[in-house]
Amino acid sequence: MSPTSEIRKRKRYEAIFAIIGLMALMIGVLTFAALFADMAFKGMGRLDWDFFTSFPSRRASQAGILSAWVGSTLVMIVTAFFAVPLGVAAGVYLEEYARKNWITDLIEINITNLAGVPSIVYGLLALGLFVYQFGLGQSILSAGLTLALLILPVVIVATREAIRSIPQAIREGSYALGATRWQTVRYHILPYSSAGILTGVIIGMARAIGETAPVITIGALTFIAFLPPSPVQAEPPFLSFEWVLSPFSVMPIQMFNWTSRPEAAFQVNAAAAGFVLVLMTLAMNGFAIWLRYRLRRNIKW
Amino acid sequence: MTRSGSLAARRARILRERAIEAVLFLAALVSVFTTIGIVYILVKESVVFFRAVPIADFLTDTQWTPLFDDAHFGIMVLLSGTLTSSLVALFIAIPLGTIIAIYLSEFAPFKLREIAKPFLELLGGVPTIVYGYFALLFVTPLLQRVYPDLPGFNLLSAGLVMGVMIIPYVASISEDAMRAVPMSLREGSYAMGATRLQTALRVVFPAAFSGVAAAYILGISRAVGETMILAVAAGMQPNLTFNPLEPAATITAYIVQVALGDLPHGSTGYQTIFAAGLSLMIITLVFNIAGHALRRRFRESY
Repeated sequence: MSPTSEIRKRKRYEAIFAIIGLMALMIGVLTFAALFADMAFKGMGRLDWDFFTSFPSRRASQAGILSAWVGSTLVMIVTAFFAVPLGVAAGVYLEEYARKNWITDLIEINITNLAGVPSIVYGLLALGLFVYQFGLGQSILSAGLTLALLILPVVIVATREAIRSIPQAIREGSYALGATRWQTVRYHILPYSSAGILTGVIIGMARAIGETAPVITIGALTFIAFLPPSPVQAEPPFLSFEWVLSPFSVMPIQMFNWTSRPEAAFQVNAAAAGFVLVLMTLAMNGFAIWLRYRLRRNIKW
Repeated sequence: MTRSGSLAARRARILRERAIEAVLFLAALVSVFTTIGIVYILVKESVVFFRAVPIADFLTDTQWTPLFDDAHFGIMVLLSGTLTSSLVALFIAIPLGTIIAIYLSEFAPFKLREIAKPFLELLGGVPTIVYGYFALLFVTPLLQRVYPDLPGFNLLSAGLVMGVMIIPYVASISEDAMRAVPMSLREGSYAMGATRLQTALRVVFPAAFSGVAAAYILGISRAVGETMILAVAAGMQPNLTFNPLEPAATITAYIVQVALGDLPHGSTGYQTIFAAGLSLMIITLVFNIAGHALRRRFRESY
């Protein structure tokens, strides 16, 4: 065989691999397109105003996702309330304060491992600890706390990465003017890393809003035809926290319930609910990715 | 400001700094408390369970009927479902994830990579219940056209969809590992007259192998812990089988099934989910530790 034909053969292999690679990528793209198109096609007929303002019902054509999206919103509020301050504080500690010792190592190993723990195990933790040991019951508070623990590693890792990208000179400048460590964090580190932290928080929240298994494990209801008590009241003190202990349902559980019913009419509802859910997570993740992209382009230290 | 005043102010400032550091430290400790909490709850309930059911039975019994009068607790039954569905998923995710990683790291034009990576990330962010819906109501009917005998619930379609779900995960960790291989290795290979494909397969891939292996192992751990796809599409009947064409329950699907029902707190049925959860936790922990150890190795070697 002449050397040129050998080279030609290798070039051909290379072209074939490039096509295989592109096809492999396309399988992912096409699966997603099929999933999205299937849900949009089946569910579009159900997506009207009534679908968002009706409770679930035994009659598929009258059922809606009111209690599910209200439940999801309230659970997300609780999740953000705990996960954001805790995650940011932990990230700040590990980047700006922690000394290199065994406690720091232990914390870091824990965060890495927690990120890999299956979400249903968090559900079991919450069932044993929040629901029964702490007596919080099968409430919005239990669910919010569970999901907060679940996304804590995401928030911590994002915070640390955002802080790490701030050049040392910023800190030195702050210390040189007599600022303490906390003043440096408060007036320099946190403001400059806030966009990066926000990216992580949104990705974490997008994950939490789609989580089903841990919320089922703590005992969210699959059929619920009432809303939690309103947080805003007409009489003083105007704010009420009764809702945090209320039973609830969330979007993915509503979808699960409808998916596992044999009647085709409910599966149409599942498609519609799924479409809304995917749109929500896509919008959140897309926004976070866009934000990160802009950050990388615009900030040059 | 007088001297003594500034001294008092300084003392207050130092005190405040210490207090803030302590608060931040406590926040960081939450992760440690979470781990302790998980282990404590799982072990506490499992200990009660294993007092009623000997561990030998738990590991060797070939039936799983915890809610029957004649109760059997053989975790093997659930493990077989978990193992089979995970194998199907890996059968999809490992080859495709590896090819995508090689393609993106060594072949794809810059622009395509800039679009493909965020897209893969979006794909990984789709809620798993949606994938479950897709497996049950789209993939299973599609497969039934080829295999008319395929039951409505089966491990195959759940495993296939789970594989697609894990692709972004495997691809992105593998790609990171390949991109970490120094340019000089590639340049050396090109200088010897190797093509891009030869360089990719014989230089970059072997050099990045510990990182790629980490991606596989973390992918396995994801597959083993996946819940909703299996609970929806694989059925929840315990079935000791390694045939992906059959329905079977996995460890995770069993926990969901029990949680959906009304099991009284403290009953043996209630404790089984903690014993099942403990088994799951141990399996994924082993994979996670192995994966992260491998990942650290490839980071340190260059």
